[in-house]
This record gives sequence, structure tokens and C-alpha cells, in this order.
Amino acid sequence: MVTAPVHNGSPDGSSAGTGVGSTATVPVPGSSTGLPVGSRPGVAAGRSDGRPDGRPRPVHSRDPQAHPVPTGREEEWRFTPLRRLRGLLAGPDAADAALEVTVQAPPPVTVEHVGIDDGRIGRVLTPADRVSAFAMTRTERAVVITVPAEAAPEEPVVVRLHGGGGVAYGHLVVEVGAFASATVVLDHTGQATFAGNVELSVGDSASLTLVSLQDWDAGAVHVAAHAATVGRDARFRSFTVTLGGDLVRLSPTVTYAGPGGDAELYGLFFTGAGQHQEHRLLVDHGPRSCRSRVAYKGALQGDGAHAVWIGDVVIGTDAVGTDTYELNRNLVLTDGARADSVPNLEISTGEVVGAGHASATGRFDDEALFYLMARGIPADEARRLVVRGFFAEIVDRIEIDSLRERITAAVEAELGGVV
Amino acid sequence: MSTLEIRNLHVSVETDSAEGREILRGVDLTIRRGETHAIMGPNGSGKSTLAYSIAGHPKYTITEGTVTLDGVDVLAMSVDERARAGVFLAMQYPVEVPGVSVSNFLRSSVTAVRGEAPKLRTWVKEVRDSMATLEMDPAFAERSVNEGFSGGEKKRHEILQMALLKPKIAILDETDSGLDVDALRIVSGGIESVRAAGQTGILLITHYTRILRYVKPEFVHVMAGGRIVDSGGPELAAVLEDAGYDRYVKVTEPAGTVA
Repeated sequence: MVTAPVHNGSPDGSSAGTGVGSTATVPVPGSSTGLPVGSRPGVAAGRSDGRPDGRPRPVHSRDPQAHPVPTGREEEWRFTPLRRLRGLLAGPDAADAALEVTVQAPPPVTVEHVGIDDGRIGRVLTPADRVSAFAMTRTERAVVITVPAEAAPEEPVVVRLHGGGGVAYGHLVVEVGAFASATVVLDHTGQATFAGNVELSVGDSASLTLVSLQDWDAGAVHVAAHAATVGRDARFRSFTVTLGGDLVRLSPTVTYAGPGGDAELYGLFFTGAGQHQEHRLLVDHGPRSCRSRVAYKGALQGDGAHAVWIGDVVIGTDAVGTDTYELNRNLVLTDGARADSVPNLEISTGEVVGAGHASATGRFDDEALFYLMARGIPADEARRLVVRGFFAEIVDRIEIDSLRERITAAVEAELGGVV
Repeated sequence: MSTLEIRNLHVSVETDSAEGREILRGVDLTIRRGETHAIMGPNGSGKSTLAYSIAGHPKYTITEGTVTLDGVDVLAMSVDERARAGVFLAMQYPVEVPGVSVSNFLRSSVTAVRGEAPKLRTWVKEVRDSMATLEMDPAFAERSVNEGFSGGEKKRHEILQMALLKPKIAILDETDSGLDVDALRIVSGGIESVRAAGQTGILLITHYTRILRYVKPEFVHVMAGGRIVDSGGPELAAVLEDAGYDRYVKVTEPAGTVA
């Protein structure tokens, strides 16, 4: 087994203030200029029995008590400010009407509200931490969205989750039948302390695009596990866009149910003063000939802004012909913000098409600002152009015009805070 | 007639010491619209510092002297105000702006400098014509600004901007460096067409005489040790080509390293 962790940031806070490049254990020099750091680790055969950095795999159980209460020193929790979870680790009672969930589904998509003992719950996702386990056991009515085989609704399925304050739990299942094609939008707004699970099953040769928009009011707490399984020759694309909230911690995982699967995970976050936004990804290549691409881009601005990106990719012994690349780029706009970026790649087969990762955190490029201003463009507009350009490769891929515009406007509104 | 007047300009660059290091030590120069000046000099003489100081790069501190455009104080303006007032700097190392297309960038820039968005129909033709002069593929407009551009593409892109912005004064900082003969010919052609319009005063900063075979200046200045140490007509360039900068460097103390 070869592991190639790249730690961009350290637990003792030595990367606070950022503008710091990466240090890597693979033969890639650290970068102090904010230039990309890429690596292509060596390959060796071996047994895969841990996470890419050698830490043990977490317990998987529906039972919250099976998951020890974290102390904050665990690899999985060391970046998260536990005291700001508002007690979600203890599974507090849900408040009445804390979260209003409305689903808009075009035919022939069906929407059901089921008990948590429904057979479709837990097929894809078995909770890997306490919060997820509480979300599964404490959700009263789960939402099951089914896209029948071969259906291809043109309009997206839109799930609006609007928080009215207080603790809420939720569990969503999306099943996309073979040869079907659909887009599902999760639109989180309002105020909440929300623990959620999302299970996504993409059938053979099906295609699913998921957009999860975290557009919470200031002060919201959102901890969620998103688990997707990608069928044979199926395609899964996700866009995770995190803008609001006090603490958002999302753990998207992808597994493949057969060969030929293709997963593209895109993310955009704008971390403002005092916000903690954490995205922990795991792509687990089991079958042969699957492809994955991960690209997360974040901007940080303001005192105490903290973004965490963990990108784990595991290539199992049978996963010959795997093609994977993951990337995280962070743009630090002001002093006092901190980005931690940790790509991990574990390869247990020598016969891959490609396996690589890149991580870089850099300050706003003052030379780019000078260049644009030297062409007559005022400073605030120049800043907008640079940040918009930075996010373009993510935003431009979103095929829903109204969402693209909303995200662009939200980013520009955040920028308005300093220019 | 637009006139850029530089009087007794002293400029320091930020260093670790509190004082900074003085690079320009009293530069005097007057450039009028329609004129072409070349400033030549050895590395470290302060040529690029002069260019970036006029454009307003924050790295440089003006410690003494004035720069005015038609009597208005340029040094009091922000970087973008200088550009809108009609000062243009073609950079030796243009900066990449990922995700911002050339067409979007050009339009934003021209809108800012002209004070209104250009009419779409005439704009498209204007860009296309200027690009044709510089032998640029139209697909170029969809690429990200300077990202992955070759040396020649970057310089052509700079001259394209000059052609569209029609500045009163254009400072071309070593636009000829790193160009092969073909690219130099094309870029020089672009400069010539701006010059032929007679609306722009050009200050051509160069280390080599090569570009002066294509772009003929009326005035040639030699810079060394942070000052202009000699001025003359095109014949001065010919002398420099034969004799180099040795006699200027010997009589002046070095200004430091990079400028």
C-alpha cells in the first residue's frame, strides 16, 4: 500500500493566516507562492485496510452509541470546532417544525414520505459517525425520491429545506433507475441546527446530477453525510455549494457498484468571517475501469474564516483501469482566514490509467489586481472579475441558469463586504 | 496636444530596510502625443522602474519629482484612474487571470476607459480588425487572459489592448524581449499602426536595438544609474548598437540589481 498524504495546514495552527502552500510527503516541493502543487504518487500492490493515511476505517453503524463521542483529537474531527456543533453529538431532541421540507418533482418522478424502517433506507449509507447515526435514528419521516428506469424528466427535482430555527434531522433517499437521467437540487436556507443523511443510488447506465446548495442564514449548523453509489456505466455529478451558516460539515462519499462508473464531484465555498466550512470527501474505487474527478474551489475572507477540505481517494486491488484526479484550490482574500487542505490517495493496484491530486492555497494575486487596474478597471470590479474567474470552472458547469446566477450573485454579495 | 511631463523623478523600491533603495535619481522626460521615444539602457538602469512608477505600481515609492499629463498630476491618481486618463503600460510579463476570457477582459477595460460600453456590433468588428492586424486567431478571444499564452501571444495581446484603448501615452516595457523574428515583425506592425494614427505618444523601453529596425523612434534616450544620461535622434541607437552601453556604465555608479 502506498499512501501519499499532502497536508496543507497543520493541527497546531501553524498555517493560520494562510497564503501558505503545501508541504507534501510525495516528492513535490512545498510552494510558498500559492502555485499549484501536484503529485503523482508511486504505485505498489498491497492490502488496503485503512484510510489513505493509514488511520483505521471508522465504525459503520446505525446505532449512535456504537460511535464513540469524539474528543476532537481524532483525525476525523480534529479540524471541527466541536463546541459549535450545538450538541449534535449528543443527539438532542428535534424542535417542532424546525425544518420545512418541500419537494417539487416533475413526472414521472415519485416522492414518498416513509418511516426510517423502510427497506430503502440504509442501502447505500451506513452512518460513519455519531451525528449521521442520530440523523438516521431520529428522523421521523424520510423522503424517498424515485426516478423510474429510463425516465428523463427535463425539469430538475427541487428539494427545499428551510429552517425555522432549532434542531432538525433529515434523511433523503434518491433512487435513479437504470438508463434514467435526472437532476436533483437540495436547497438549504434559513436557520437550523441540522443533521442530515442523503443516500443516492444511480442505476446502471443512469445519470444523476446533484446540486446541494448550503445557503443558510448566518448562525446555522449543518452536518451531513452524502453517500452515492454509482452503477455500471452510470454517471454521477455533484455540485456542493456552501455559502452560509456558522458551521457546515459535509461528508460526501462515492462508491461504485460496477465497472465503467463515472463520478465528478465539484465544490464551491465562500467562507466568511467566523465561518467554519468543512468538506470531507471519499471516493472509493472498488470495481475496475471507473473514473472520478474532484474539484473544489474556495474563497476565504475575514477574521476566523476557516475552510477544511479533505479529499480521500482509495483505489482497491481490483480497481484496475481506474482514472482519478482530485484538486482543491483556495483563494485567501484577507488576513485572519485559514484553509486546511488534505488530499490523500491510496493505491492498491499498479494498473491504473491515472491517479493524481493537487492542492494549493494562495493569497489574492495583487499583480492580477494591478494588471486589471492598469487597464482602467476599478479595484472593486477587478476583484470581482478575479474571483468570478477563479470560480468559473465550477460555476460554468452548472446547467441551471437560475442557480448559476444565484451563486454568482451570492459570491459577489460576499465580496461586497471588503471592497 | 497631450503631453506627459516627467520632472526630476526620484523613485525607491520597497526593501527590507525602512528606507528602501533609490532606483530613479532624477529623471526628466517630455513625451508628446504622436511622438515616439525609445529609452535604452543596460539591465538595472531603472527603465522598468520608470515604466511601473508612471503606471502606479504599489511596489514603488515616489520620493521626489512630478509626473503630469496635460498639467494634471498623474502621481495623485490611483492605478485605474491613470489608465482612464490615457496612460497605458504594456507589460514585460503580463499576468495570468484564470477564468476571465480575453473578450470579457477587453470589453471591461474598454468600457472603463471610454466611460461607456461599446456598441456590440461595432465592437465585434473593432476587435476582429485589431486582432487581424496582429495576426491573432479569433478563438484567442475565448481563452483566459494570458493563461497558457506563449511569449509572442502575450505581447500581441498587450499591443491589442493598446490598439483598442487608444491611450494618449503608451509605455511599452521590453515588448520586444523574448520574441522571435516573426513575432517581432507582427508586434512591431501593431505598434506601427497605432503610431500611424498619430493619437498616441509612445515610450518604447528596450534593451536591444533590434526592435528599432521596425519601429523608428524620433528620440532615443540612454538610461544608466537611474538617470537619463544621453539623448539624441535615431543615430544614437546606431551608435549603441556598435558600442554598447560600456561608456555610460563606466561613468555612473550602478543603481542596483533589477529594475
